[in-house]
Amino acid sequence: MNGSMEFLLWVKGPLFTIAMVIFAIGLLARLLEIFLLGRAPNYAEARAGEWLPGLRTMIARTVADPGTFKRAPFNVVVGWLWHIGFLIALLLFIPHIELFKGVLGLYWPGLPNPIVDLATGVTLVALVATLVHRMTHPVKRRISTTEDYLVWTVVFMVVLTGYLAYHRLVEPYPLALGMHILSAELLLVLLPFTKLTHIFTAFIARWYNGAAFGRKGVQS
Amino acid sequence: MTELTLERGLAAFRAEIDAPTAAFFSSCVHCGICAQSCPFYLETGDPKYTPILKLEPLRLVWEAEFTLWGKIKGLLGLQQKVTDAMLAEWEELLYDSCSMCGRCSMVCPVGNDLAYMIRKSREGMVQAGHAPEGLINASIRAITTGSPMGLQWKTLAVQIKHVEASTGLEIPVDKQGAEYMVLMSSMEIINFPEYLEAITKIFDHAGVTWTLSTECFEATNAGIQIGNKDIAAQLVERVVAAAETLKVPKVISPECGHAFTAIRWEGPNLIGRPYPFRVFHIVEVLEELRAAGRLQTEGKESDRLSMHDPCNLARKSGVIQQQRNLIDLVAEDFVDLKEHGKFQWCCGAGGGVSSNERAEELKMAAFKRKKAQIEEVAPERMVTMCATCRTQLEEGLETFNMEIPVIGLTEMIAEHLVEKPRAAEDDAEA
Repeated sequence: MNGSMEFLLWVKGPLFTIAMVIFAIGLLARLLEIFLLGRAPNYAEARAGEWLPGLRTMIARTVADPGTFKRAPFNVVVGWLWHIGFLIALLLFIPHIELFKGVLGLYWPGLPNPIVDLATGVTLVALVATLVHRMTHPVKRRISTTEDYLVWTVVFMVVLTGYLAYHRLVEPYPLALGMHILSAELLLVLLPFTKLTHIFTAFIARWYNGAAFGRKGVQS
Repeated sequence: MTELTLERGLAAFRAEIDAPTAAFFSSCVHCGICAQSCPFYLETGDPKYTPILKLEPLRLVWEAEFTLWGKIKGLLGLQQKVTDAMLAEWEELLYDSCSMCGRCSMVCPVGNDLAYMIRKSREGMVQAGHAPEGLINASIRAITTGSPMGLQWKTLAVQIKHVEASTGLEIPVDKQGAEYMVLMSSMEIINFPEYLEAITKIFDHAGVTWTLSTECFEATNAGIQIGNKDIAAQLVERVVAAAETLKVPKVISPECGHAFTAIRWEGPNLIGRPYPFRVFHIVEVLEELRAAGRLQTEGKESDRLSMHDPCNLARKSGVIQQQRNLIDLVAEDFVDLKEHGKFQWCCGAGGGVSSNERAEELKMAAFKRKKAQIEEVAPERMVTMCATCRTQLEEGLETFNMEIPVIGLTEMIAEHLVEKPRAAEDDAEA
């Protein structure tokens, strides 16, 4: 019990700080790497502005067009399921909100535990489904890299350890919670250096996409 | 030698990487949805044609040289290098199996503009010596003769004479101060002479002043298809010089998709300055004339018509409603393909695929997507507004024994113009 408590204090304390620092510096570096490259000036006469279509695509691209939905329903539905489930667990679980309140000073209402629990369960199942899809679909198999499997493992570990800790399925509890926090820290550290950056950069990418098409008169 | 050529290619890749490119590569999660938007993947089922995979050389250069993690990996010797052998393998992926139709750019969930990066990758491929023979030859002919097909003014001059004889109208050549300078595509001059006749009739009917230029009549840009900015810029400069000589305020790009995006969107950036004139696709000009009540038509086509939107015109240039307004003017039974406009499917021939003889088989495979779309609505004829698309549709439909003629929109409009009672009108004015 003592050892697990020490472990928990260590991951909650110094390790959390280290992870946050790497995350913050890494993410800042990535954003600078992107924005400092800039774009060449565009001399072609525009049909429309860039900002509005860019902002629209930032949101609209979250929903697949009907044709794509029909051709890749699994991708779209399972992708949605686990992203929403993950976000519910991350942002609306009351102990997590307490953490955000402690770190950022911001807080919001949470959801009752059973609902978060259900969302977590769905996320776990959906994540397993994405892994099976990645290993079996010819396109996904062809384009997948070690990084894809590494990132999947870390994300899955974060959700799984959270689920195990909440249900007291691992004893002692401080060890279970410590494992969960450690997984989350690993995710934070990996985030700026892997495809996890899409959490932030996808919105930049969407803006550039929407802006480029919008300038030519097409809402992308 | 090869080492130097590879280095030149890598330098070109490097020079193409900008903020959007970095944001795009940072965001890819390898979901593979882009494959579901690519006719080359969908119709062959070969995962190597997944759009994001086609960008691997550019991505490797970005990761190695433009990211902190890539640099660390480099120091540890873990970075995969772009080799000459890799580029040789990717030549087919970047040219033969991509028409730069941009459909993947519309569906990527994280918003990656993949077609934009294919265009960029081709710059590197040319410098590394890995562009297809067919496109190299087209580029050389474009630079030396002014036409990617090696066509010269005298061929067009003969056609002008024919049209003048059959219409009784004069085709203005090198007329200073006309409102529009008209560009042609070689494909049109060779395969579809009816286009020149159609615009001659329409412009006479609507009282539009226009001119051809002996200095430059070619609208297409082989430099953009192969991916070479120097060649592309030189071809654009020819158009600009001709338009400046003739002091025209407007230039018309013909029924050709890539010619339009080349001169309309890329051109000013290639030469590094805005134009002293405006650029329109012929369909935009016709729609403007229609809206202003300057097109008086009679009768309507009674057979069931459908339409193929050229990618370059619709998805990549925002010309979507114009052609529908025009077709409504002259057709009573028009039905759109199910996915059309910005979500239309490529005919398979664009982006230089049709100039690349080696890609013939893939080009026909990709066409099957269009074929299925056409079968779904079962039209009696297809209408389009790009000579390359039209040739591909004709060849494809022929290959699959489908008896569906293909017609150019401009030509169809011209067939329905109210004959001007010339003398009477002159009397009335007098």
